[in-house]
Amino acid sequence: MADKENAPLDRRGFLKTAAASTAAAALPTVAQSKDDEPDHDHQDLPSDPALRAKALESLLVEKGFVDPAALDVLVDMFENKIGPRNGARVIARAWVDPAYKARLLADAPSAIAELGFTSGQGEHMLVVENGPKVHNLVVCTLCSCYPWPVLGLPPVWYKSAPYRSRAVIDPRGVLTEFGTHVDEDAEVHVWDSTAELRYIVLPERPSGTEHLSEEQLAALVTRDAMIGVAKVPPPGEAP
Amino acid sequence: MNGIHDMGGMQDMGPIQHEKNEPVFHHPWEGRVYGIDRSLRAIGKWNIDAWRHQIELVPPAEYLRISYYERWLRANEELLLAHGLVTPTELATGSPDAGSAKAVPAVNAATAARSLGRGIPSSRDPSAPPQFAVGQRVRARDINPVGHTQLPRYARGRAGIIVIDHGVYTFPDTNALFLGEKRQHVYSVRFTARELWGNGASPHDTVNIDMWDDYLELV
Repeated sequence: MADKENAPLDRRGFLKTAAASTAAAALPTVAQSKDDEPDHDHQDLPSDPALRAKALESLLVEKGFVDPAALDVLVDMFENKIGPRNGARVIARAWVDPAYKARLLADAPSAIAELGFTSGQGEHMLVVENGPKVHNLVVCTLCSCYPWPVLGLPPVWYKSAPYRSRAVIDPRGVLTEFGTHVDEDAEVHVWDSTAELRYIVLPERPSGTEHLSEEQLAALVTRDAMIGVAKVPPPGEAP
Repeated sequence: MNGIHDMGGMQDMGPIQHEKNEPVFHHPWEGRVYGIDRSLRAIGKWNIDAWRHQIELVPPAEYLRISYYERWLRANEELLLAHGLVTPTELATGSPDAGSAKAVPAVNAATAARSLGRGIPSSRDPSAPPQFAVGQRVRARDINPVGHTQLPRYARGRAGIIVIDHGVYTFPDTNALFLGEKRQHVYSVRFTARELWGNGASPHDTVNIDMWDDYLELV
């Protein structure tokens, strides 16, 4: 099964066109897209999510359930304010400040809040530490649980069937697919986020970074390293 | 429910498609659906577990075919209908029925940022004592509820060790069906990869799964 969430460009292009031409889309059309399976049992729902979302927003605004300005604020927060740069600052601080690292491992929400990052999906966070012989990997096999305050919203691959299905049964194969090598005799610990706990990996600080400032270190830390599918590369090596 | 969402351990889903410089939202409508979802959840008619269950009720072939935010869109449409916030006619036409009442949004521009901070109640609740302790060997019960559960199939019947007691949380199986919060302890239970997947798995690897008291029994 191919990952349908990474829609091919022609479909994306189609959706953009559809969204642009849908000013009068209060009346969604019935599903007729060639994508519909013959056995698909929701034929009464319109097929194009762009049209449906627009119609739904319009209805909910008229009924007073939704304030469109609130939607603007929420979108702006995740597009511009909350994202993996937040998490990178937490990791860099832990690398340079052993007392902060101890607090982070003991009580992640408080330590993360020290840097000003709080929001939903992050009330109960736990940081798991990588080392030379221990590698941690985070997944949510049931859906998409993810530490929003420090990483933002999850990437498509994290929510997709290939990652969710295989991360628990073949973590080393998944790591190889991401180009990440873990020694055969090292421990790989997978964390399946099946409850309200949100996991963040504290990656190993790469060698050759002793001279770097906290800010320079933060610039090295990637989202993928904080999920555990990658390591933080030494400076100068592209992730 | 033994649905398609519970996919841990499946092997035929294809390669992981990693997108470089991926945008937060791939289309403007995804961001709108995200905001609609947060706004509607704040009304308080349904809880996070009922919401998750609604996503899981997307039929399996559809679940795999449609995108992540399309599942959100569909779940919100279904929840709006089920809880009587919109009528089927309104959903079909995109316009309120004549004479329908007008509500005040639960989230507005001034409160939107704060609305993200709400949600999960405190995990420190002395009225729900732990049934198990760190270090104990436990087995995940072999249960197959037709409603919502967060006990993944691949762990059922398998034995592991409690490594962390996370405190007290709402029990999703009952909360999703509006049958009460039944608050109880959640633990990280560490299973060896070999216990879950047999001797072909690495002897060094583990899978750590968060589990509620009601999912566990002593070995």
